[in-house]
Amino acid sequence: MWTFSCPFIAYGDNALDYLAQIRGKKAFIVTDKNIVKLGLTKPVTDQLDAANIEYQIFDEIEPEPSLTTIKKGGIAVGQYQPDWVIGLGGGSCMDAAKAIIILLVRPDLDPDGIVASDTYNFRDKARLMAIPTTSGTGSEATWAIVLTDTEFQRKVGLGTTECMPDVAILDTVMVAGMPPQLTAETGMDVLTHAIEGYTSTWGTSFTDAPGLIATRQAFKYLAKAFQNGDDLEARQEMMYAATLGGMSFGNSMAGLGHSTGHALGAIFHLPHGRTVGLFLPYTMEYLINGSEETTAKYAEIARFCGIGSGTDLECAKALVARIRELAKEIGQPFSVKDLNIDKAKYEESIPGLIDRALNEVMTITVTRIPGEEDLDKIFRYAYDGRTIDF
Amino acid sequence: MVKYGTQEYYDIYKEEINKSKSYEEAAKTWEGDFYFITDKGGPVKEPIYAYVDLFHGKCRAAEIVTDSKKYNPEFIILAPYAIWKRICLKQLDSTQALITKQSKLMTGSRGTMSKIMRYTKAANELTSITAKIETEWLD
Repeated sequence: MWTFSCPFIAYGDNALDYLAQIRGKKAFIVTDKNIVKLGLTKPVTDQLDAANIEYQIFDEIEPEPSLTTIKKGGIAVGQYQPDWVIGLGGGSCMDAAKAIIILLVRPDLDPDGIVASDTYNFRDKARLMAIPTTSGTGSEATWAIVLTDTEFQRKVGLGTTECMPDVAILDTVMVAGMPPQLTAETGMDVLTHAIEGYTSTWGTSFTDAPGLIATRQAFKYLAKAFQNGDDLEARQEMMYAATLGGMSFGNSMAGLGHSTGHALGAIFHLPHGRTVGLFLPYTMEYLINGSEETTAKYAEIARFCGIGSGTDLECAKALVARIRELAKEIGQPFSVKDLNIDKAKYEESIPGLIDRALNEVMTITVTRIPGEEDLDKIFRYAYDGRTIDF
Repeated sequence: MVKYGTQEYYDIYKEEINKSKSYEEAAKTWEGDFYFITDKGGPVKEPIYAYVDLFHGKCRAAEIVTDSKKYNPEFIILAPYAIWKRICLKQLDSTQALITKQSKLMTGSRGTMSKIMRYTKAANELTSITAKIETEWLD
């Protein structure tokens, strides 16, 4: 048995109007101070006001939210007792909302005790909504929760299928103001989710379909959204691609680009999209060198997106080249060295990077599972920007 | 060929774990014990409790117990026989079994989820080991 889940999605012009249709009395909005400062809570609270729904804003979510912050949010939600919890922001805010709603029914729980096999029944008390303000994580369409264990400098992947939001609202107005760098980094995250979701060993036709479309849309619209933030068509399509990417990898699993990128991000505190996007082409080369099955899938993507022609190997390599070309076009780093990380410090961190990458589920959902030796080489090659030749 | 759920099966399981270099490498810092419980149902008339103690890449104990109170392990994994069989044969990934709630992971008095989640690779190696055991299944 395997399952596919996704939220009810309100999208298109004025999608936030959907808020006027929800039933409830109190909403607990999980967000961050920057979102409040940018005025992005206002279109949401205006709708809630119009619908006579009271709300409380919890704006203490930091990037890569810590278990401590979630615990604090859990206390606040317990005091407020809402019937809706709304994650408003990027992946951090939406993931935080998923954890906080569980603490609404299980205030005794430490957030890292959220287990996939457990049932929490939080819908007896409240429902979950996600309103993204970036086009990247796809968190609005996944049940995954990524938090940070500050004690071990490690990202912790938690969640249960119950944590899939009931509703996701995709309104371009919420992403129209994203600055170019954020557009680029979150866009690379979309591309990585889509390609890795499509090639995951847990993938099925249900996850292939959104993965393929999300990849095509990212190739078509990411550079446009980066170059001209006012291009609303590009903004909208990237927003949809992010959600489709979430539907793909969220129901299969991401891959090596994520496990290596997570490791780098956790140790050097770098944005998620920048690191996973950086490792994506290197880990694709690694899979191409050892897996005909994944090479064939990369070739399918390349042909669908009109990239390259010829044999599977030629198409797969053309796909990698196109990803690097796009990354360059939108100012993303080619190598770890480009992130201005000191080489000696990086090399010192390699055992920690390997340990973290090895113990991510995403490392074992690919057709060629690397051991310590190969990961060591991948990390070293990625620093120098060398083509993976093993 | 050994019968699933017997002491002979777990003797071989222990032996195979202790022979595995890849498990040893992946679990070199792991310290923790488990109950692997095969729930009652199908050909299993009474739950089978297997106590497995893993320490620094080695298996210190693998024992079928009749009194479930004999040990208080850090972690408990519970699944019906049919699911264990699929996991052991590598037809079902152990993480997928948890996600779809076909198996259940519980922490005992000392275990924490953040601890067990740091050892995905080791868990994968353990299931690879079970796939190597020539097993006489109960059905």
